[in-house]
Amino acid sequence: MSDYLASYDVAVIGAGHAGIEAAMAAARLGAKTVLFTLTLDGIANLPCNPSIGGTAKGHLVREIDALGGVMGIAADANTLQSRMLNLGKGPAVHSLRAQIDRQAYHVYMKKLLEGQQGLDVRQAEITGIEVEDGKIAGVITRLGARYQVKAAIIASGTYLNGEIHVGEVSYPGGPDGVAPAVGLTADLERHGIHLRRFKTGTPSRVHRRSIDFSKLEEQKGDEKVTAFSFAAERPPENVVSCHIAYTNEETHRIILDNLDKSPIYSGRIHAIGPRYCPSIEDKIVRFSDKPRHQCFVEPMGLDTDEMYLQGLSSSLPEDVQLKFLRSMKGFEEIQVMRNAYAIEYDCCDPLDLRATLEFRQVEGLYGAGQFNGTSGYEEAAAQGLIAGINAARKIQGKTAFTLDRSTSYIGTLIDDLVTKGCSDPYRMMTSRSEFRLILRQDNADERLTPLGYSMGLIDEDCYQKFLLKMGQVAAEKERVSKVSVSPSPELNELLVSRGTSEVSTGTRLLELLKRPQLSYEDLAPFDPERPALPDAVQEQVEIQIKYEGYIKKQFAEVEEMRKLEKQKLPSNLPFEQIDGLRLEAREKLSRVQPENVGQASRISGVNPADISALLIWLAAHKEERNNTND
Amino acid sequence: MADSKTIAAISTPNAVGGISVLRISGPEAIAAADRVFRPVSGKPLASHKGYTAAYGTIFDGEDTLDDVVATVFLGPKSYTGEDVVEISCHGGLYVTRRILMAIIKQGVSLAGPGEFTKRAFLNGKMSLTQAEGVADLIMASGQQGLRSARGAMQGELYRKIRSCTDRLLTVSGHIAAYMDYPEEEIDPVESNEIRDALADVKAQLDGLLANFDQGKMIREGVETVILGKPNVGKSTLMNLLAGTKKSIVTDIPGTTRDVVEETVTLDGLVLRLADTAGIRETEDFVEKAGVELALQRLDTAQLVLAVFDSSSPLSQEDKDLIKRLEGLPCVAVCNKSDLEQQLDMEFLRAHFPHIVEISARENQGLSELTREVMDVLSLTGTDVSGPMLANLRQFECAQRASNLLGEAQATLVGGYTLDAVDVSLESVISALLELTGERVTDAVVDQVFSHFCVGK
Repeated sequence: MSDYLASYDVAVIGAGHAGIEAAMAAARLGAKTVLFTLTLDGIANLPCNPSIGGTAKGHLVREIDALGGVMGIAADANTLQSRMLNLGKGPAVHSLRAQIDRQAYHVYMKKLLEGQQGLDVRQAEITGIEVEDGKIAGVITRLGARYQVKAAIIASGTYLNGEIHVGEVSYPGGPDGVAPAVGLTADLERHGIHLRRFKTGTPSRVHRRSIDFSKLEEQKGDEKVTAFSFAAERPPENVVSCHIAYTNEETHRIILDNLDKSPIYSGRIHAIGPRYCPSIEDKIVRFSDKPRHQCFVEPMGLDTDEMYLQGLSSSLPEDVQLKFLRSMKGFEEIQVMRNAYAIEYDCCDPLDLRATLEFRQVEGLYGAGQFNGTSGYEEAAAQGLIAGINAARKIQGKTAFTLDRSTSYIGTLIDDLVTKGCSDPYRMMTSRSEFRLILRQDNADERLTPLGYSMGLIDEDCYQKFLLKMGQVAAEKERVSKVSVSPSPELNELLVSRGTSEVSTGTRLLELLKRPQLSYEDLAPFDPERPALPDAVQEQVEIQIKYEGYIKKQFAEVEEMRKLEKQKLPSNLPFEQIDGLRLEAREKLSRVQPENVGQASRISGVNPADISALLIWLAAHKEERNNTND
Repeated sequence: MADSKTIAAISTPNAVGGISVLRISGPEAIAAADRVFRPVSGKPLASHKGYTAAYGTIFDGEDTLDDVVATVFLGPKSYTGEDVVEISCHGGLYVTRRILMAIIKQGVSLAGPGEFTKRAFLNGKMSLTQAEGVADLIMASGQQGLRSARGAMQGELYRKIRSCTDRLLTVSGHIAAYMDYPEEEIDPVESNEIRDALADVKAQLDGLLANFDQGKMIREGVETVILGKPNVGKSTLMNLLAGTKKSIVTDIPGTTRDVVEETVTLDGLVLRLADTAGIRETEDFVEKAGVELALQRLDTAQLVLAVFDSSSPLSQEDKDLIKRLEGLPCVAVCNKSDLEQQLDMEFLRAHFPHIVEISARENQGLSELTREVMDVLSLTGTDVSGPMLANLRQFECAQRASNLLGEAQATLVGGYTLDAVDVSLESVISALLELTGERVTDAVVDQVFSHFCVGK
């Protein structure tokens, strides 16, 4: 048609963490891309906590970086304080988290988008989509402008039909005072996409000078900081501290006395909130035996005195919020700058999506981020990256790019979403991965960088650095398997002090490194020939040797899983007619339309008996087909 | 399609009995039955509400075959979860087969081995362990076997494994919370919490594994060999146990030439007896072959009853036999206790912890023999209705879970980090879930169902 304002390969709707990765990936892969946002001033907003990473989320950021996404670099460039969580619990659960300068992060990302070749950034609200022959054809702005597109990615976050709740007051709105997005919902439903309401919330922001920090515990960053990005030349530095405050009995009493004023407890919000980051009301009601709850006081940036109160999200009325805050030690004089609030929004049922994040109902239409029912910046960015990659590749006639559960947390996240769906906002956790000993944050590059490189998202320079690192790891592993240490009083003294047995004969370094009690660093004095190697290389050598047995075991499990993944299911199987499938299984299988037996077996509500019934049916059907062929 | 077929089979054993039962299951079950059944009431089975019995006759074309009772069970509340008709007839082999053929002429397929139970499993009517219990129920040959088979059906093994799984899931859940919420003041996972759970579950699994042999003996019977030098009364003992004159009892030594087999029940426990040729150096060719056979049997025997003559002193042959029996599960049976004692009991006691004196001819000492047999088989006090591993698949799963538990313990003791411990823990949980059929591959299902005989 002729009255299109412009024509693009890919349109991305929303410039949050999902939208940014999607737009950057699509443009960098050569697709002519446009990124629409309600306001250019809201790009890459951190509407909740001013931090990136955390348990399992840190894994996601490193994976995004390893594949060629931008979140890791942007986080490193705007870090205020960094900590590696879970040290001492094992490398599989080490998780990096950084406090981020919120405003600086926005500026950084806006500039990055503006500088990207092949990407137009446009302030406009998309209120409709055009579909022709089941395929996306265009998007329409609120002002009536029509853009012709070959693919569109919805990354509307919590803005779609957003409604803010504070106490007994509610009004339409997005986060941080931005207007909500409206109109798109009806159009999506018209095309058969299932939408629903989810809810999330955020705590108050308060003024720095109203806090008595002398009454709080200080939490400093790590002495030795690790960067998110594998390509980082040097790690960021800590420039701020966080602090810990606690609720007390009085706080709990105030909240319980005013529960009836909470829109959730009074029943005015019907949407489903996240189990994984409950409001302070939820925590007090559900864990009534806990005498106190923690609150982390986190700075919002270097150029502001706003402080974020992590752990105290609430939808109680303003006066109650102030009252319970002031009951806390150190918060007696607290001055609130922004209220805590709950927000309800429209999101899709991810069971409508394929593993590429394309909707089954509309070809070329993709969903990413909180719109897909997740929670968290990192989960959003991971999906944005995959949706952006697939939208570009599809237009270019290339094969779909999907990651299975054994490759990454990204793959696990998406498989969970499109296979099991989610009944509340989905948060990534290390325990969601059955392969977590091999899906570590430290080896995301080994797992994903070759894929990012072959796709064209990792540049030659980065890739050569990666190859160099892998080469160094291999060479050092080879060396320690050959070098022998002779027994000495000093060595045995070390061994005894670490609680491991002495040696009486020459022992290979490899054997000593296998002992959980000894680190690579510990053995430096007994290994004079040791080459100078970067920390990341030493870390790989140590982990790969120490956990070798467990890693091997996990790879064997991966093989088992892949056997089932290889058993592809024909599309449009008549699940409703397969005898032996229980009713629930028929419904779930029809809804999910699994692509292989492995995926089918992971659907909740489909039990092993159903899978065997399915296999029996398939076998019988195959025979029938073969017979008719004869 | 594979499972839309209606199937039928004779559900009672393929032998002459008072009553035989045929079962038809599937969408056409009631319609097919109505085409061969003429109810006295005139009301077709299709008009029944279900769970009701109707009296009438079965006919095949012009022939009236038998007077029967037909019972209708409507799916999903039936054994297989489908519509089921059960026909009880008068039990003759010929008549029962004619009825089955009449039903099959109505377009009904003959049920494959275990197909009813397989459908029950596939329709979610029973768990895998319950289904295996049914197979054992069909095969159980003694009362003790029957009791433990019923135990499996009622899900005792399932419940036991489930409680083990839950115990480990609790610990694994705690670890997950501790690792995923490092800043949420979650109590640190103490290594003794993990250690205790691992040890506790391992003890339970190892108990099940150790009981597997007992469970197998209870279900399948005990391979038993009766041994002794000629004419000490082995055959008399066997006849006493069997209650029939199966072996030829004479006073001429070496009368029993080959191995005579018999199944006897000792307090509910099935002994599969083999009475053998008397052990002695012999030149007689036939007898020699019998002796060889007897000694061969020792290799596979689960129980040896070594018979001695109380009324005569131990011979060199006796002493050689005693040496041969060292370390085997053996009860020394001193027969002819009614005659004057000549036997060196001191010598025997030094070699056999289990000794009974009986008089086979006078029918004395049987209860003592029973007690010693139970004892030597470690069946004394075995709670046969308690949870038991029913078959090799379950045994292998439990063994794997136990081995994995051992690895998890080693990980913990070895000082590895919690992430490695947790992953080991999860692999145990996964093996346990496989045991109760909650995560099984099609190969397992096939293996289970190929063990079923026709009918229930």
